[in-house]
Amino acid sequence: MDKAKENVLVFTVAVGGAAGDGIKEGGLHLAELGQRLGCFVYLSTEYPSLIRGGHNFARVTYSEDIVHADHSSLDAVIAINAESALLHKHELKSDAVVFVDQPYAEQLKELPQRVVSLPMSSAVKEAGAPHAAGPSVGVGAYCYLSGLSRDEAEAMFRAIFEDILGGAQMNIALALRGYDTAKESGLAPRVALRVEGACAHTGILLEGNKAVGMGFLSAGLEYYFGYPMTPSSSLLHFLAKEAAKREKGGLKVIHPEDEITVINMALGVAYAGKRVAIGTATGGFALMQEAFSFAGISEVPLAIMVSQRQGPATGAATRTAQGDLRFVISSGHGEFPRIVIAPGDPEEAHTAGRIALMLAWKFQTPAIVLLDKQLSENFQTSVIGENTVTPASYKTYSGGEYSRFRFTDDGVSPLAFPGTAGAKVKATSYEHDEFGIAADDPEVVRKMQEKRWKKMEGIRADARKEETVKVYGDAGAETAVVFWGSTKGPVLEAAKIFGAPLRLVQVLWMEPFPEEEVTKALSGAKRIIDVEANHNAQFAGLLREKTGIVCDEKILKYDARPFDPATLAEDIRSKLSPS
Amino acid sequence: MSLELASYAKINWCPGCPNNQILVAFRKAVTELCTAGTLREENIVAGAGIGCHAKILDYLNMNTFNALHGRALPAIEGMKAANPSLTVVAFSGDGDSYSEGLSHLVHAAQRNSDINVFIHDNQIFALTTGQATATSPRGFKGLTRPTGSIEEPIDPLRLMMTSGATFVARTYAGEIEKTKEIMKAALLHKGMSFVDIAQPCITFFDTRDFYKEHITWLPSDHDVTNQDAAYHATKRNDDKVPMGIFYRVERPTFEEQL
Repeated sequence: MDKAKENVLVFTVAVGGAAGDGIKEGGLHLAELGQRLGCFVYLSTEYPSLIRGGHNFARVTYSEDIVHADHSSLDAVIAINAESALLHKHELKSDAVVFVDQPYAEQLKELPQRVVSLPMSSAVKEAGAPHAAGPSVGVGAYCYLSGLSRDEAEAMFRAIFEDILGGAQMNIALALRGYDTAKESGLAPRVALRVEGACAHTGILLEGNKAVGMGFLSAGLEYYFGYPMTPSSSLLHFLAKEAAKREKGGLKVIHPEDEITVINMALGVAYAGKRVAIGTATGGFALMQEAFSFAGISEVPLAIMVSQRQGPATGAATRTAQGDLRFVISSGHGEFPRIVIAPGDPEEAHTAGRIALMLAWKFQTPAIVLLDKQLSENFQTSVIGENTVTPASYKTYSGGEYSRFRFTDDGVSPLAFPGTAGAKVKATSYEHDEFGIAADDPEVVRKMQEKRWKKMEGIRADARKEETVKVYGDAGAETAVVFWGSTKGPVLEAAKIFGAPLRLVQVLWMEPFPEEEVTKALSGAKRIIDVEANHNAQFAGLLREKTGIVCDEKILKYDARPFDPATLAEDIRSKLSPS
Repeated sequence: MSLELASYAKINWCPGCPNNQILVAFRKAVTELCTAGTLREENIVAGAGIGCHAKILDYLNMNTFNALHGRALPAIEGMKAANPSLTVVAFSGDGDSYSEGLSHLVHAAQRNSDINVFIHDNQIFALTTGQATATSPRGFKGLTRPTGSIEEPIDPLRLMMTSGATFVARTYAGEIEKTKEIMKAALLHKGMSFVDIAQPCITFFDTRDFYKEHITWLPSDHDVTNQDAAYHATKRNDDKVPMGIFYRVERPTFEEQL
């Protein structure tokens, strides 16, 4: 356990193995366990781009205090093979416990930590369970270590193995086998976090992608298009499952031939009057650029979830990065208004999804929710408000002669859709006149540009009603740390470890950029440290461009892995007191 | 009932361009179907990609969607999925759908999306002043290969049949009445309707004389439900170019199963 704050316990436990070993599920069960112990939980998953083999690792940090990111120092590890313990041996605390599948125990005898051999593969084989159920034995052993009585553990297993592959009963039996084996090994239970019973009270376990999807749904999403690409696919899967649950006529989810089709179909859907969103990774978004620009010129309401992964090109395909901020805020050729919100955790991702669909329709322009692999796929205890739906509204056509691109005071023209008697609805990739016929007369071109940009005033006014910038920690501290997106988690966690007061400034809106709010949040700071996961300090550059504020120090990480809170706390310390 | 399908936009195709004949055929087809009460004008959307063909939208006083180059198909598929009561058409060109956006044709056919695709096939990129497309004949001397094309042209009709389109036809722009009838049949067909319209480019690749001599219409006893017969009917050994409805069958559409 860590003592990040006075008397607040923090536990980190991991499960590691090869792809196909059920590592993510094992991590989810541990996360569920943490939640049911009444704790706040953060679960990260790291995996290479392959289906079998390699090294998959899921890590859960839980505490009575909110956990914003997982920690690297491990209290326990459940290793399906020897490699999974050895690769992380430097992260094992001296009193850590290593649970390992029996055939590999011999290979770990050099470890100074306590190694407990568990019959993971043999118990699975005897039970006729799927191979991927192995981690359940480890989860059982970990429950013993955590001080749960056998009855409490069994009740816990019943709760967390609902709907599991291979059946709840089988996994409960496997977990009890792990529990008993750990007890028989003479291992002493470590700690007794209070057991609140079957119902978590801290919130729900939620990953960023699903949160964005829930946000879209809360704004009345009717159609979703996507093409599988890490780290965006889980949003497509979540919504496809949601659509399958609903009656015909509800949500429709379509996976067509490629990303170019995804966005062009979505343009057609919005033109026909249905609330639509798409999701992709930054590589897929690169393919969509021309059509993204179409949404700009033809004023099509379109909400887009874009998740960054390490690049350029295919990059480290399953790993995280914040290297596409500049690409996304300047995406699409030509100049047109767009909204880009970069949430820092699943709760903010939910809000951003809702706002993106709402404002896309209100202002008839594309709105992007920008995530990265870390936020898209990691799970965090989250509190989402009432599950109500308020469909995105728009300026409607109320009869009479219709011009799709009519000039108005706020730049927003009334929307009509095909099927409306009396309204001829035109959409076009060409610059056009008010009716929608191609035009390249300089006067028309200038006025249409001004019409579209007029909408930015309204967008800015609406942005001011939202949390575009958040300040945590000591708002008056002379040292400010500025960050965006998923880096929020490690920064807030690092600040707990850091000890001395820090002003923590998170910027959520990238376009339009909240110049005034950021300037106010950073005013009086003597030293500003920029933290982001890219090589070129893209956010720091944007901050300087928009506000003139220069970051004194930069902590940049571009190794395709998220920041580690403890290391980050050290990095901040060294920036403040250079040796 | 008279429809005002002509917009205020000034027509700026080359004088005498057969695109005008396609425009006339389409206006007539829509007028007849709407007058008969079969379709409602406000429920029709005409889409297009980029190329000379796409200018047709500006000349139509109706719902139109001028998509990006090669992307008219996904856009109208989206509309049909969003509102199945719409009748959606994509005008496209050989450059626009056989070169740039070919994959969309194949997948729309595979899905049997209930859309109508009318290809202005002039066997050339005309708006960019004369380069070879996927249907230019081998040896065609375009700006990008002055010594002549070294590629064999594709057969779009056969491609559509093997991909799953349920209505496959070819017509000649100069035959306005026949084109109109084929357009009407396509618009009323439930499923993916594909019509290749041979359209001479009078400026860069004038094939008018060729077509006048080589057109032959399918015999009245041609079996449109026999895919094998339809496949073989697209080409002949005697240099004639067969025209008409080659293939027409019923199969569940993408949208009704969605």
